[in-house]
Amino acid sequence: MAATAPLPVTAELVRDRLQGRRLDVTGTLFRLLLLLALALSVIVLGVLLYDVVTGGLSVFTDRAGDFLTGTLGSQPANSGLAQGLKGTFYIGVFVVVLAFPIGIGAAVYLEEYAPRSRFTRFIDVNIRNLAGVPSVVYGILGLAIFVKAAGSLTGGRSLIAAGVTLAILVLPIVIITSAEAIRAVPNGIREAGFGVGATRWEVVRSHVLPYAAPGILTGTVLSLARALGEAAPLILVGAVTGFLGGANSYNPATLDDRFTALPIVIATWAGRPGPEWEANTSAAIVILLVVVLVANTAAIVLRNRYEKKR
Amino acid sequence: MAQATIDPAPLSIASLRGDPRRQRKEGLIKALFLGSAAMSIVISALIVLSLAGEAYTFVSQVEIAQLWTDGWFPRRGIYDIKTILIGSLLVTFVAMAVAAPIGMGAAVYLSEYARPGVRKVIKPILEVLAGIPSVVLGFFALTFIAPEVIQRINDGATTFNLAAAGIGVGILTIPLVASIAEDAMRSVPMALREASYGMGARKVTTAVRVVIPAAVSGLVAALIVAISRAIGETMVVFIAAGATGGSLFTTDIFRPGQTMTAAMASQAAGTDQVRGAGLTFQSLFFVGMLLFLITLVLNLFADRFVRRVRQRY
Repeated sequence: MAATAPLPVTAELVRDRLQGRRLDVTGTLFRLLLLLALALSVIVLGVLLYDVVTGGLSVFTDRAGDFLTGTLGSQPANSGLAQGLKGTFYIGVFVVVLAFPIGIGAAVYLEEYAPRSRFTRFIDVNIRNLAGVPSVVYGILGLAIFVKAAGSLTGGRSLIAAGVTLAILVLPIVIITSAEAIRAVPNGIREAGFGVGATRWEVVRSHVLPYAAPGILTGTVLSLARALGEAAPLILVGAVTGFLGGANSYNPATLDDRFTALPIVIATWAGRPGPEWEANTSAAIVILLVVVLVANTAAIVLRNRYEKKR
Repeated sequence: MAQATIDPAPLSIASLRGDPRRQRKEGLIKALFLGSAAMSIVISALIVLSLAGEAYTFVSQVEIAQLWTDGWFPRRGIYDIKTILIGSLLVTFVAMAVAAPIGMGAAVYLSEYARPGVRKVIKPILEVLAGIPSVVLGFFALTFIAPEVIQRINDGATTFNLAAAGIGVGILTIPLVASIAEDAMRSVPMALREASYGMGARKVTTAVRVVIPAAVSGLVAALIVAISRAIGETMVVFIAAGATGGSLFTTDIFRPGQTMTAAMASQAAGTDQVRGAGLTFQSLFFVGMLLFLITLVLNLFADRFVRRVRQRY
């Protein structure tokens, strides 16, 4: 570059340079490329939703009620989701009952009680690693512990085993998101509590948790959605992929029976040939997406609203 | 509540300590919370324990020659590790070819270019994308990506193929890459950008020469986390890569193939029970162990990179 002849400096040139009038080709191209990347990720979502909704439309117009109340069958025209919905419902119950209290409790411990010790660091690293363990591996855990070792308690390949496994799967997510929400509580609030003589638990219960509640709620709802959409661990735990007789009453006494769940039904139907099964699968996906995305969207909107308020 | 007319009781250390019942309750609650936190260690131990036992049985009893032959057919006693390992790598490679540029590009745009209004719309959309269950992406890969994208690129591609599964996995990991990378770039101090602009640098120069190098650890972390997630992704491959019984060794992404995860799932789903001749059941745990170790190492690496960003700024 050093060898180029010096440009004649004119007033116009100086003004152009200062105002940046030159067309910034690289800059514009770069910006367009980035925009393309962003647009692609949004378009993919759009195409996916469009594809699934149009694919499943015929099922909803032809036999909406029957599709939701019917049981698994060998013919696409009389197969329904009842058993899958039941499994997914109870899995959600297990996650709410097990993962939420334990996860929030662990988060409170880590943020409010834990001393800055090696043990605390170890728990912390451990939780973050657990969050990265692939879901099939949790399936192995469920298979070895809850199906085989504790089979007499859970009924083997049962909804109990599946529910506990998925509760464990989302536990790290609940802990991490709750801990983040608790960390965001201003210290002044705690100090005010301590200043009037409250014990730590009293401060946590009456000040920290209420303040962190929206954040915790968001995290827990997101993890619930994750659990409801998860299929891989259920396959390992032994969800029924073929036919499941009866067993679609919501009576909790049937929890130790064999089971299936909405994502499992989808995975099974996706493997069957023919346009009828494809339509069924699309329709089942629409139901699953409604459940999962409504939960997700609610959580995201809720968080954004509270973030704005503070 | 003290009333002026009542004689104050003599103040002692004991009365300053407070009600012993309150103290006991406090201790109990702390123990309860500690128990919840310790649960995570129990879970980790259980995972390792449940994997190690059967995996050890497998390693000690399997004929070593069967671990390096041709194809993955557990029900026939053929456990070629390289078939599923290469399958996983191929899927991960395709997934990263999709997710890395799109995710990173989206992240740079959101962090450096997007106006707050645009960001507020796009971020939730990415989060919705992140919430889509993997079975849905599996079905999408099989019924849309394979016929509409892959078979248009390559006429010879089969209905079930590794490339479609890889793209599906890639779509799943886009939000992950985008959010970690964006976090990393947003944590780069504004002063660095201002210094760059002050020297007359353009926006693109600032982004490419200043912000990205400053955030590089976070970007690497984003990639590693995404790779780990892609290797561990099961359902997309299980549905769209189409090797339910087993698979021959293949390096062609336009053909059906098997990954570690899908091998586990299809083995468990194949018959009514996770059972088979000889060591089939144990091989499940062996593959699980392998998968667990690979993702663990990747996650530890990623964690270190993330920490580096946090420490610096």
